[in-house]
Amino acid sequence: MSTASIGASRVAYEIRSYFRAPDAVFFTFLFPIVMLALFSVAFSSADPIQAGPVSVDYATYYLPGLVATGILLSGTQSLGVDIATERSDGTLKRLGGTPLPVLSYFVGKIGMVLVTTALQTAILLGVAHFVFDVDLPTTPERWWTFGSVVVLGIATCCVLGIAVSALPREGRRATATIVPVVLVLQFISGVYLPFTQLPDWLQDVASVFPLRWMASGMRSVFLPSEFEQAEPGGAWHLGTGAVILAAWLVVGLVVCLVTFRWNRRDS
Amino acid sequence: MPDTPAIEVRHLTKRYPTGKLAVDDVSFAIHPGETFALLGPNGAGKSTTVEILEGFRSRSGGDARVLGVDPARAPRTHRERIGIVLQTSAESPNVTIAEQLRHFATLYPRSRSVEELLTATGLTDQRNTRIAKLSGGQRRRVDVALGIIGRPEVLFLDEPTTGFDPEARRQFWELLGRVKAEGTTILLTTHYLDEAAHLADRAAVVAGGRLLDTAPIDAIGGAEARTPIVRWRDDTGTTHEHRTEDPVTLIRTRSEHATLHDLEVVRPSLEDVYLGMVA
Repeated sequence: MSTASIGASRVAYEIRSYFRAPDAVFFTFLFPIVMLALFSVAFSSADPIQAGPVSVDYATYYLPGLVATGILLSGTQSLGVDIATERSDGTLKRLGGTPLPVLSYFVGKIGMVLVTTALQTAILLGVAHFVFDVDLPTTPERWWTFGSVVVLGIATCCVLGIAVSALPREGRRATATIVPVVLVLQFISGVYLPFTQLPDWLQDVASVFPLRWMASGMRSVFLPSEFEQAEPGGAWHLGTGAVILAAWLVVGLVVCLVTFRWNRRDS
Repeated sequence: MPDTPAIEVRHLTKRYPTGKLAVDDVSFAIHPGETFALLGPNGAGKSTTVEILEGFRSRSGGDARVLGVDPARAPRTHRERIGIVLQTSAESPNVTIAEQLRHFATLYPRSRSVEELLTATGLTDQRNTRIAKLSGGQRRRVDVALGIIGRPEVLFLDEPTTGFDPEARRQFWELLGRVKAEGTTILLTTHYLDEAAHLADRAAVVAGGRLLDTAPIDAIGGAEARTPIVRWRDDTGTTHEHRTEDPVTLIRTRSEHATLHDLEVVRPSLEDVYLGMVA
């Protein structure tokens, strides 16, 4: 069998396993959807959020950050915990003893992330539009930006997920090591709290990491253009975001190539 | 020896970074189709030796060849020709047995059929059960099924039946008998001597990283260690024990002048020989 056809078989196998683990499904797949519903309902009688002459409701306001969060959860968090667990429970060692090419293993993992993120994002947009009356973009330019942020975001988040999987010493600690980092990033990257209300130094810290740029990219897609004034420096900074995501992608790839092994080191 | 060995190890040494010498100058050769057991107490270096041959560990010295290939430099295609049953089962809890077998079958060029494996391992009734819900013995049988799914020329079994009940062990031995009959070379580590006696053609005894002896199962420890023991009590109740190759003459001579109470002649079992060696 070729690397590609084994990879395809791995994708099906990974997706099947993914949807059979209720905790992963809740904390990565359904999490942004649940958060969107919570915020929309909790703030349903609050005043809309103003930007100059226009205003949006809370569902619209939270949607972009939660789309970005979904990508981070499905990529970095779910892959990081998944691979760390497989390394610890002997799955990787067993696979290392078969003819499975390393590349096919990663094709399976990344394919799983692509499929689950696509589904997750579609459900998130569907719930936002049909349940909470959020207007979706109508211009091809905005959908183009949306596609670009999704593709670059998934690639970067997958690579980072594979890289962070090397951090936990044992599988039991994988969730406790990786989830808090991802959670803190959500709070400092403008997902739950308006980004410009954070202290400058915290904005600077957040701006090192990918989520802040994925979130502002998504805001440029889903919010009226008047909201650009509310961004740091009064601009979406799509170019800067792309460069930073690409930099993480390259750094992450190098880390993966250097650190990934089927087996724990001889001890 | 008529053929090139399927597995050959010469002066194999493994020193861990901690300084512990786990394998100390071990040499043996296993012929194609042979079943070879590595016997020894826990920590003897059995698993380290096997993991070096499987390609999971590096060696510190000496030479190792599996099917003529150095396992430390083997290309992935080499793994199409070997099967590995590790000491501990992997989890993969959310797939069923049949799904797991079907998936692993796609990894090898000449896989066995899933039906054949389910029948051979007695797991047909559990085929649609998720691996998380299986008993330890059933999981082990899945491990073995995955080890032989690619029709390996060399099969590594690292303590395959630890935790089995006697019935499950019998069934496992029958399964391995069929794998062996197909000409598979098998390297088995075990600390069950009856298992080695039942399955293996030859065995090596290791202790403290060193190879103590390599021989056919019924010759391990040398002829000396297998000399029959004659034991009896005399009229005063004192126990006498003599080792002799000719128990009949000994008994005849001794019984001329005295009564031998509770007389018995024992040939030391593999276990007696083994315990004598590793003590």
